Amino acid sequence: MVDLWQGLAQAFWMVVTLDPELVEIAARSLRVTLSALVVASAIALPLAAFLAVRRFRARRLIIALLNALMGLPPVVVGLIVYVLLSRSGPLGVLGLLFTPTAMVIAQVIIIVPLIASIAHQSIRDLWQEYHDLLISMNVTQWQKVRTLLWDARRALLTAALAGFGRAIGEVGAIMIVGGNIDHATRVLTTAIALETGKGEFALALALGFVLIGLAIAVNLSIHWLSRTEQEGRW
Amino acid sequence: MVTQLFPLIVTGAETRRRGKTLVGPVDLQLEGQGITVVIGPNGAGKTTLLRMLHGAARLHAGSIRWACPTEEARHVQAFVFQRPVMLRRTVEENLIYPLRIRGVAKADARAQARDWAERVGLDQMLDRPAPALSGGEQQKLALARALIAKPELIFLDEPCASLDGRATREIEEILHTAAASGTRLILSTHDMGQARRLASDVLFLFKGRVHEAAPAESFFDTPQTPQARGFLRGDILE
Repeated sequence: MVDLWQGLAQAFWMVVTLDPELVEIAARSLRVTLSALVVASAIALPLAAFLAVRRFRARRLIIALLNALMGLPPVVVGLIVYVLLSRSGPLGVLGLLFTPTAMVIAQVIIIVPLIASIAHQSIRDLWQEYHDLLISMNVTQWQKVRTLLWDARRALLTAALAGFGRAIGEVGAIMIVGGNIDHATRVLTTAIALETGKGEFALALALGFVLIGLAIAVNLSIHWLSRTEQEGRW
Repeated sequence: MVTQLFPLIVTGAETRRRGKTLVGPVDLQLEGQGITVVIGPNGAGKTTLLRMLHGAARLHAGSIRWACPTEEARHVQAFVFQRPVMLRRTVEENLIYPLRIRGVAKADARAQARDWAERVGLDQMLDRPAPALSGGEQQKLALARALIAKPELIFLDEPCASLDGRATREIEEILHTAAASGTRLILSTHDMGQARRLASDVLFLFKGRVHEAAPAESFFDTPQTPQARGFLRGDILE
């Protein structure tokens, strides 16, 4: 219990004094996660819309697979990306292992199924509502996808934020592919794991509180910016 | 408006679901002027017939031939549904949508949207979310959204069902104006008063078959089939 209070106090102090190390780690956490979120959303959202409007043989299989992959164990993803990026691996020549880019790749793989699955549910519901109208208007497949993505944007934001939440709290995969190198690939979650291992519970808790605060702040700002709860909107 | 669509020639057209014939076989010819009203008891297949003619319901037998190629015909048609489908956008954005997907510039589309909003009495609501409008307002918006792209033909599936008297009158005025300016209308209704007020010709549908296709006056004065006579008398048809 004492550790909890100490952690809270230390977190408060680190934030108030803008502790340089904390700022560096927190900024890297945000940079890596937001990069992964942008890339994952660019893949997952059009994929979700495509799966909603197109009928083809493997569609159900892909949807089931995406749903199943929502529970993908991050450590296994980390291991696979590690093998692919390691010097003897097929992508070893790129020299990406133990870089923030490797961490972004791992996070993208983890959150694409999550964002695509949640987004697919929302877009599918909207497609059922719009189907007859858009068919009667003779819109092209691309126009359908664009219309659905735009009109479902608030629900898609929730899907993206779920992906953000999963990515920023992720530790297993990025520890493996990033290596938790100081001033290079250390992020909040890997720093927490390190400090806990060293028995520095107060510092680990302080970093944990900062992480929670950061996640809430990003969620609130995105909601505020997109005015999701504005009266009369959808 | 010089129509490229008509005459519409339907020969032995049939649509089925799970092996059961919903509508057909239908044989008819429609010319390019006026308001055709499709009437018939509930379950007669009015909605399915409209969807079949529009190309939204699969044709399992027969043919539907327009005066121009089918693909071209689809581009000059619109469909207004019984329960209007509102895009989750503002009234103005709903009106702009059919123009934007046809590549009309945004400024031009906005000007046309304002014009049409005024014509249907929605000019004070341009910034309101369309799904928040009342049933009558939504139907007027759906009509304006259909008309804004200047279609040659509009299918309307019971456009005034569940609307009050005032909204029904406003919708009918819009339909009269559209028809007067050369837009061909084919609409279904179960409201005999509306059919009499709007129809220039009538298709009487019963159990998926067109039992009568006649000019409105002669249909209402001297129906030819026992089913149509019974329907006009108010009998329950089984």
